[in-house]
Amino acid sequence: MDNSPNLTRRQFVTVIGAAISTLIGAAVGLPAIGYLLSPALEKQEGESWILLGPLDNYPLNQPTLFTFTRTKKHGWEKTTTSYGVYVLRTSPTEVRVFSNVCTHLSCRVTWKEEVQEYICPCHDGHFAIDGSIISGPQPRSLDEYETKIEDGNLFIFLKEA
Amino acid sequence: MVRRLFQWLDERLGLTTIHDVVLDRKVPKVNWWFTLGSASLFLFLIQGITGVFLTVYYVPSPDHAYDSVQYIMNEVRFGWLIRGIHHWGATLMVLVVFIHMLRTFFYAAYKYPRELTWISGVVLLLATLGMGFTGYLLPWNQRAYWATTVGTQIPGTIPFIGPFITSVMRGGSELSALTLARFFSVHIWFLPAVIAATIGLHLYLVIRLGISHIPDEND
Repeated sequence: MDNSPNLTRRQFVTVIGAAISTLIGAAVGLPAIGYLLSPALEKQEGESWILLGPLDNYPLNQPTLFTFTRTKKHGWEKTTTSYGVYVLRTSPTEVRVFSNVCTHLSCRVTWKEEVQEYICPCHDGHFAIDGSIISGPQPRSLDEYETKIEDGNLFIFLKEA
Repeated sequence: MVRRLFQWLDERLGLTTIHDVVLDRKVPKVNWWFTLGSASLFLFLIQGITGVFLTVYYVPSPDHAYDSVQYIMNEVRFGWLIRGIHHWGATLMVLVVFIHMLRTFFYAAYKYPRELTWISGVVLLLATLGMGFTGYLLPWNQRAYWATTVGTQIPGTIPFIGPFITSVMRGGSELSALTLARFFSVHIWFLPAVIAATIGLHLYLVIRLGISHIPDEND
């Protein structure tokens, strides 16, 4: 039996056993990798046009705060994030929209009518009416949104992280 | 190279000895019914592995339990497969363990000197049923909720101590977040620990005592 060039019965069973085990292991093991990685592979669709209402609602040359919330789904839970933007109508047909998130450490800036500046309360950051830096620790001017006007309605393009 | 590496490891770990004692045992002529013990062990391992994977997404809280199961089934890649294996494996395990017990009973394999193997097997059977009972609540759907309402009410009919047992199982007078949390804990920690330890004893006894032959006209 040992001198036979063919597989012994025992060797045959060992090989078949190993093959079947590998097959079962792969059938469960490979999907298991996909299972674990799944949330990381999801595309986060975070781009959309947000309606800010009729353009005529916004006064000329006076930054006006508009707030809205966006709900995002993380697995079995929904998280609502609130956004604030300053709408600055520079002419009857032209408009600029700034984020109220300070570019320093993400506190919220406020438009101060009396000094004509956006002021961040956290570290005393000052921004001009067009979002540019006046003084403070912030590295860049206020982030600006892409805008479009359709049928007199103002939209901004929001990209969520 | 592989051979030398194996010899180096074997000399230190005693792999050949383990193989000879554990796997290369002398067994009487047996039939397919004798594979059910191994099948039970295999199913336990499968349930353990898929169960560990399910805890990656499952949340044992009334707020999220149902939603997290829906998430596993509909959105996680192969979530349906992992949970499907766990779901059907649970049913199959109860079936296989039970038939394994019937085989032992009808072949009279529980007699001297294998009484302890039988007793540890009884513990394993009951623990397996306990796994089925506690696992059934976890999806937190209507069927799970009412099945557990009924299941915890049944011991309540025992005279004197019944209502106390019911409230211990539920963690209070009614089904709540506490019930879900303790069922989850029992399902993933207490019972698996009991089963793993008892399987250790059960297998030790099988290896030490060997398996009995099929009764014949001389018995």
